[in-house]
Amino acid sequence: MTDIVLFLIVKSAVAVTMFVIVLGIVAYATLGERKIAGYFQDRHGPNRAGPWGILQPIADGTKFFFKEEFIPDRANKWLFVIAPTFTFIAAGSIMAAIPFGDRFFVGDYEVKLQIADINIGILYILAMSSMGVYGAMLGGWASNNKYSLMGGIRASSQTISYEIAMGLAIVALILDHATPSLRQIVLNQSGAIWHWSVFTQPIGFIIFFVASLAECGRVPFDLPEAENELVGGYHTEYSSMKFGLFQFGEYTHMTLAVGLIATLYFGGWNIPFVVPPEHPGIIWGLLTLGVFWAKALFFMFVFMWIRWTIPRFRYDQLMNLGWKSLIPLGIVNILVTAILLVIFQDLGWAGGR
Amino acid sequence: MPTDVQKKNDPFRKYDLTLMERLYIPAIAKGMAVTLSHFFKKPVTIQYPEQKTDVSHRWRGRHVLKRDEFGRERCVGCKMCELACPADAITIQSAEVPPERRHMHTTERYSETYEIDMLRCIYCGLCEEACPEAAIFLTPFYEFAENSREKLVYNKDMLTEKVGGPIFYKD
Repeated sequence: MTDIVLFLIVKSAVAVTMFVIVLGIVAYATLGERKIAGYFQDRHGPNRAGPWGILQPIADGTKFFFKEEFIPDRANKWLFVIAPTFTFIAAGSIMAAIPFGDRFFVGDYEVKLQIADINIGILYILAMSSMGVYGAMLGGWASNNKYSLMGGIRASSQTISYEIAMGLAIVALILDHATPSLRQIVLNQSGAIWHWSVFTQPIGFIIFFVASLAECGRVPFDLPEAENELVGGYHTEYSSMKFGLFQFGEYTHMTLAVGLIATLYFGGWNIPFVVPPEHPGIIWGLLTLGVFWAKALFFMFVFMWIRWTIPRFRYDQLMNLGWKSLIPLGIVNILVTAILLVIFQDLGWAGGR
Repeated sequence: MPTDVQKKNDPFRKYDLTLMERLYIPAIAKGMAVTLSHFFKKPVTIQYPEQKTDVSHRWRGRHVLKRDEFGRERCVGCKMCELACPADAITIQSAEVPPERRHMHTTERYSETYEIDMLRCIYCGLCEEACPEAAIFLTPFYEFAENSREKLVYNKDMLTEKVGGPIFYKD
């Protein structure tokens, strides 16, 4: 009985901590995006709210609360209200399966820095990250506005197209690691830096990276909210905190997508050439957490860097890239991976995997 | 027949991209290098309320009604500026100088009220040019912001140069 109580307490503590960390990073990702945009354009970015603009996210949030809450006449009110929540919940659920850090021991009690160690973590994440598009779709449809509807349709078709490419990249990764458990994938990548799957799956990494950009609706794949064609895209009619929640959901999605890139292809919480100790203390736990976020935030920077470099695709270019380039490339990647794995196993160098 | 090099350098060729071009990756890498170089450059922003750019001494900003070397008002209330003003921003009431104020004026006529609506003014400087007494000038002061329209109708007190006091602009 006490075991269960202890388990519940520890799990909730881990879950709440991770949630707070992710929310903090998401809030500051909005500031980071604007600062980075500023530096890329030879200017400062927001620097008035507190030193270095540090209070800007709070100011933005407060502003959202004071804005008029507007629901268009003849909109489907229920869906209209629920859509932004859906975006955020779907994006936030991805968090549950990501291993943010290694385990550590308090006395003999093992604490894993992961909310739920699901043995089919990758499938769960694929499912949840594509659920995020329901928010855009529902919001676009419920607004009763043709531009919002166009945005919603674009969001759904884009997500479906790039989902396939992403899935194909992940199939090759699962072949490589022989497990769909995220924790096991990270453990497989510990030790030398060339154990990172980006070196065994370079093509897979490129496909996954591009597909992640598209799933998050980031530039150059932000066609659902292409303002020069669609006014504001699927959130044209949204105002106040409902709009804020859409933005927050998108940034959550991005934060967890970069976390996923770090987990799957860049060794997750592993420090290169350091083997995880047998009975690690809390210091190791915090260190791995820090390493994980350092890697993830680097990719977030790359996402933003891409955003301020590459212009938006045209819709046919987007579809061509997804269906004619990434998907065939993904299939070839699976074939090559499978063939090489068989050859290596015959030769007896399946290595640490 | 154009050579291969000529074909490759033709900016209008459309359908024969080389393999490297079709991969996009080198072009994207090049673009990302350009943006990254800007990331490390010093921002060119001027932090306005704290930092200001120097404006020209001939900048046409807020007006000033000058005094002569004896401290007397130069304005004689002739209304030439009012007439010249294309925006009808200037309103003058002129009157005879009362005896006790004779020493403050150059002639027996003066402007009793002199108002400039800073919101109507287009800062063209025609008043300056029309003035026969060299009484009105535009200064490089340009920060007018107020929270009501009434406050931006400047009266004679606000416009006239103070005796021995500061001039409106710093240089």
